[in-house]
Amino acid sequence: MSILIYAEHDNTELKSETAKLVHAAQQLGSEINVLVAGYQCAEVAQAAAQIAGVNQVLVADNAVYTHQMAENIASLVSELAVDYSHILAAATTTGKNFMPRVAALNDVAQISDIIAVESADTFVRPIYAGNAIATVQSSDALKVLTVRASAFDAAELDNDAPVQNIDLVHDNTLASFVDAELTVSERPELTAADVIISGGRGMQNGDNFALLNGIADKLGAAIGASRAAVDAGFVPNDMQVGQTGKIVAPNLYIAVGISGAIQHLAGMKDSKIIVAINKDEEAPIFQIADYGLVGDLFDILPELEAAL
Amino acid sequence: MKILVPVKRAIDYNVKVKVKADQSNVDLANVKMSINPFCEIAVEEAIRLKEAGIATEIVIVSIGPAVCVEQIRTALALGGDRGIHIATDLDLDSLQIAKLLHTVVVKESPDLVILGKQAIDSDNNQTGQMLAALSNMGQGTFASKVVVEENMVAVTREIDGGLQTVKLSLPAIVTTDLRLNEPRYASLPNIMKAKRKPVETIAADSLSVALASSVKLIKVMSPAQRVGGAKVADVNELVAKLRTEAKVIA
Ligand SMILES: Cc1cc2nc3c(=O)[nH]c(=O)nc-3n(C[C@H](O)[C@H](O)[C@H](O)COP(=O)(O)OP(=O)(O)OC[C@H]3O[C@@H](n4cnc5c(N)ncnc54)[C@H](O)[C@@H]3O)c2cc1C
Ligand SMILES: Nc1ncnc2c1ncn2[C@@H]1O[C@H](COP(=O)(O)O)[C@@H](O)[C@H]1O
Repeated sequence: MSILIYAEHDNTELKSETAKLVHAAQQLGSEINVLVAGYQCAEVAQAAAQIAGVNQVLVADNAVYTHQMAENIASLVSELAVDYSHILAAATTTGKNFMPRVAALNDVAQISDIIAVESADTFVRPIYAGNAIATVQSSDALKVLTVRASAFDAAELDNDAPVQNIDLVHDNTLASFVDAELTVSERPELTAADVIISGGRGMQNGDNFALLNGIADKLGAAIGASRAAVDAGFVPNDMQVGQTGKIVAPNLYIAVGISGAIQHLAGMKDSKIIVAINKDEEAPIFQIADYGLVGDLFDILPELEAAL
Repeated sequence: MKILVPVKRAIDYNVKVKVKADQSNVDLANVKMSINPFCEIAVEEAIRLKEAGIATEIVIVSIGPAVCVEQIRTALALGGDRGIHIATDLDLDSLQIAKLLHTVVVKESPDLVILGKQAIDSDNNQTGQMLAALSNMGQGTFASKVVVEENMVAVTREIDGGLQTVKLSLPAIVTTDLRLNEPRYASLPNIMKAKRKPVETIAADSLSVALASSVKLIKVMSPAQRVGGAKVADVNELVAKLRTEAKVIA
């Protein structure tokens, strides 16, 4: 078994998902390579080389990979695929974007969002917004897998694997990058945070999300949101937690003014401890909360900030 | 321009699915089925492009058993012009769906294909990207804005870090995210009119696509149930429990 992991990064920083994928890959076999595709991404490659269990880091450093466009990355990965039994990428918007393209180019299935490895060909994944858990077996020679990183612990960082440049340039005329509007935040990323505090429609408007800031500062927390809060324009879309947003599993998840629709629960119900703050004692979120506090969030949030 | 919109018949998003006792699959007997919500958004986007004078024809396609025609008719009632039903009773994987859709793309030569980003049953999020690969087209996935320009489409995509805009040469593939638009409801007269719109049925096994899936479903289980429901009286009790009982804060 030889496994290729696609490194999650933004050309400057290796994201926490990658070390978790290495851990998932170790359950498949021991020959593990990491591919860093980007532009001026040497630091990312160095960081990937430190992950225990990695045999080799391959770097495709070229301007055509600057924005990791699916068209270019998929043909790069698809060309590399012949040497591997498994290709893994995180189930982020990057991985979800290019991996099915890789699968189709290699005429194999993709298995999305795996949360456990049973054997080299058998994987576990949630379906129906996590209301059912499927075990599936693939007979393809090449397994193309996206991995829900939150379901795996990170591998250690005590390695110094060799880094090799690969000189493959895949460009295309089908698609080009125009621009990006990235959210800048001092807070931890949602998918990497140990503590998350999320606001829902109950927050009433975007300004009120400031009530979460002081608490997030004290807890070192990331701030998330329900889809209703995103939809109402209170906060940007990258804060959405849920079936169709980000899937998170922090040690502590605090849901404020969120009712607990199945689509929201799908994104956070694997958190270790869940706290719900809601004025409606019948809100479904309480059924899964370890600690429910019934009351008005506008009274509770300032009190909570003071008590921490 | 011609727009192709693939729609999937899927469990209604309000229904909480149950797993069968023998763990063979989920139980869909007597469960309400609808158009997958992301496909509804795809249909709506196509209709808006037609209303804006950009699109001239909207072709709806659905793959699955005979009952899928219900979802095709709903999409026609919303504003689709004609339907194609690719009939099969097999449970297909995204790769096979993409291959079947590719045959439709070859036959119909649409300028734009708009799919949902994800079917809320399989939660696969694969078909649009696979179809783009098979058709050698550019892809704008997770779209929250679609602007058609001459021979091009600009797609603003919802990505983990924020938003990204890409330009694709036409023909191209777009997959929808939730914020792209808010789908309309079908009016009664339009539902009546849709009954007379043409729907062509094609047998999936007549399309020279290998329909066997390489992925076997071994079993389906219910997720681990959380034991929740405990309440605390006030903020002080909450903070004390988080510190000493749960030990998740300092
Ligand atoms: C295809 C599809 C995909 C979806 N994907 C997602 C997803 O990924 N993530 C997601 O979150 N949703 C998703 N949704 C939407 C989901 O169905 C719900 O509509 C949404 O989660 C509701 O958000 P909410 O809990 O903030 O709002 P509501 O359901 O309106 O709940 C607001 C809550 O705030 C409480 N409240 C109000 N005022 C106060 C106050 N002053 N103090 C305390 N509590 C108060 C109320 O009691 C209520 O429980 C999806 C829907 C569809 C159809
Ligand atoms: N059986 C089907 N018939 C028509 N379109 C489909 C079918 N399955 C998937 N699709 C399309 O592909 C999108 C993504 O589905 P998936 O990749 O399965 O998550 C859906 O929103 C549909 O637009």
